[in-house]
Amino acid sequence: MEEKKNKYKIETRNISVYYDHKKVLTNVSIQIEPNSVTAFIGPSGCGKSTFLRLFNRMNDYIEGFRKEGDVFIDNKNIYNKRTNVEELRKAVGMVFQKPNPFPKSIYENVAYGLRIQGINKKNTLDEVVEKSLKKAVLWDEVKDDLKNPALALSGGQQQRLCIARALAVEPSVILMDEPASALDPISTSKIEDLIHELKKKYTILIVTHNMHQAGRVSENTGFFYLGELVEFGNTKQIFTNPANEKTENYITGRFG
Amino acid sequence: MNNSLKNKITDQVFKYFAILSTMFGLVVLAIFLADILNQGLSRIDWSFITSLPSRFPEKSGILTALTGTVWIFVLTALISIPIGVAAGIYLEEYGKKTRLANILEINIANLAGVPSIIYGILGLEIFVRTMGLGGSLLAGSFTLSLLILPIIIVATRESIRAVPKTIKEASFALGATKWQTIWSQILPASAGNIITGIILALSRAIGETAPLIVIGALAYVPFVATSPMDEFSVLPMQIFNWISRPQKGFIINAASAIIVLLVFVFIMNGIAVYFRYRTQKKMKW
Ligand SMILES: Nc1ncnc2c1ncn2[C@@H]1O[C@H](COP(=O)(O)OP(=O)(O)OP(=O)(O)O)[C@@H](O)[C@H]1O
Ligand SMILES: [Mg+2]
Repeated sequence: MEEKKNKYKIETRNISVYYDHKKVLTNVSIQIEPNSVTAFIGPSGCGKSTFLRLFNRMNDYIEGFRKEGDVFIDNKNIYNKRTNVEELRKAVGMVFQKPNPFPKSIYENVAYGLRIQGINKKNTLDEVVEKSLKKAVLWDEVKDDLKNPALALSGGQQQRLCIARALAVEPSVILMDEPASALDPISTSKIEDLIHELKKKYTILIVTHNMHQAGRVSENTGFFYLGELVEFGNTKQIFTNPANEKTENYITGRFG
Repeated sequence: MNNSLKNKITDQVFKYFAILSTMFGLVVLAIFLADILNQGLSRIDWSFITSLPSRFPEKSGILTALTGTVWIFVLTALISIPIGVAAGIYLEEYGKKTRLANILEINIANLAGVPSIIYGILGLEIFVRTMGLGGSLLAGSFTLSLLILPIIIVATRESIRAVPKTIKEASFALGATKWQTIWSQILPASAGNIITGIILALSRAIGETAPLIVIGALAYVPFVATSPMDEFSVLPMQIFNWISRPQKGFIINAASAIIVLLVFVFIMNGIAVYFRYRTQKKMKW
């Protein structure tokens, strides 16, 4: 298989996904630049999560999952037989819709990604935990309670902890599947500020149901409808002057 | 009569019926306990625990039976815990969801309901005769392990299944392998429930008599077992033996031995309750 070098961080070529016989994504091709935020919007069940989970191969666990086409990250075909899925997931972090901290201490949540790599040196762990929590803008709130259970934190704090946990393994891509949908407005705006900050160093893909959020945080937006990427382009462009009628209908709230 | 009044009456009737049923169970249990304590408590002293069995009830003790029970407990735990937990993990996390797996799954659950004497016959054939272990502690422990393996396997699987999928996903998404995820996330999160299941299974094992009679455990053992290959007796066998004697003194001994066995089982159940409580407190999701 030819792997042409280009400047894109992420690229899909004619990707289609099936669950058993049901086709949930159809011929999606997309190119994403490094250090950008790309939002994916679309009505429920149109395949946004499925698309996002292609990039860290989390769909592999779903029974009946099958795909056609290719996905490239850093010009490498990540569905290659030689791909080490664990290595891939260290490079492509994920934040889930519902905060899902481990039932362990705050410290151990952040350190887990390193521990599974065999890194157990206390100094290193201390450093990484602090650095990651600072990046996730949670450090000041928890620095005295690192030994407390993560589940005792508020929902918004838990979600930032999950972001810190993902950052600790130093990924270059972060996938976020509706990271703020379970949070209150203040926590949501904290997460959005955080995304702004993170994009300097990471390539971020975010699924959201919240149109305003997509407008606020992303440079580019893709609109999915019934498994097809109907429109993809500059966020402002899409929100003010969509090329496709379906996009316009969705954005103006005529369905969804 | 209007509907809401009818509902209220049904509600009340059901409530009192439930209370009555519960009371019935508790009262029967209380009478049983009172009777046993009344008969046996006075007989329990240090010499009762440290004496060998004898023809004379007043000189008789439970030393051999108690050490036999402790031996059986330890050996059965050593055999059944690793196998049962490993099998539970395998079936839940690695086994492919095929037709065969489904049939296997239903049958494992059913095995837990097979009368224990059947396991005794199986143990007699496999361990005592084919493997040539004789009526030894080891043969008894293997037999009891067979008996409780289904319980441990089912408990392990259910505890693992109760761990939210989101925890597993989070671990995989950080680059953990399947084994790392099982070892560092799933097992710690389910350990409390697994341990509870194991303890309940083991307390069933040490209360069993029938399968041990079948494999040839002795009711009268004049020595303390010092190796897994020794012949043995256990508390329930000792109790069974004493109760079938005509002398009143042995009946009292039986009551005392029942108290010792109950204490053993109560302590184990207490530990199980403690673990369940601790996990529930720690694991809120
Ligand atoms: N595990 C699964 N097995 C089978 N079908 C699935 C599975 N997960 C999702 N699907 C189907 O795939 C389609 C796309 O689902 P997906 O979760 O990607 O949609 P989504 O756009 O993220 O929706 P939402 O906005 O509600 O999260 C849906 O029709 C859904 O029913
Ligand atoms: Mg989704």
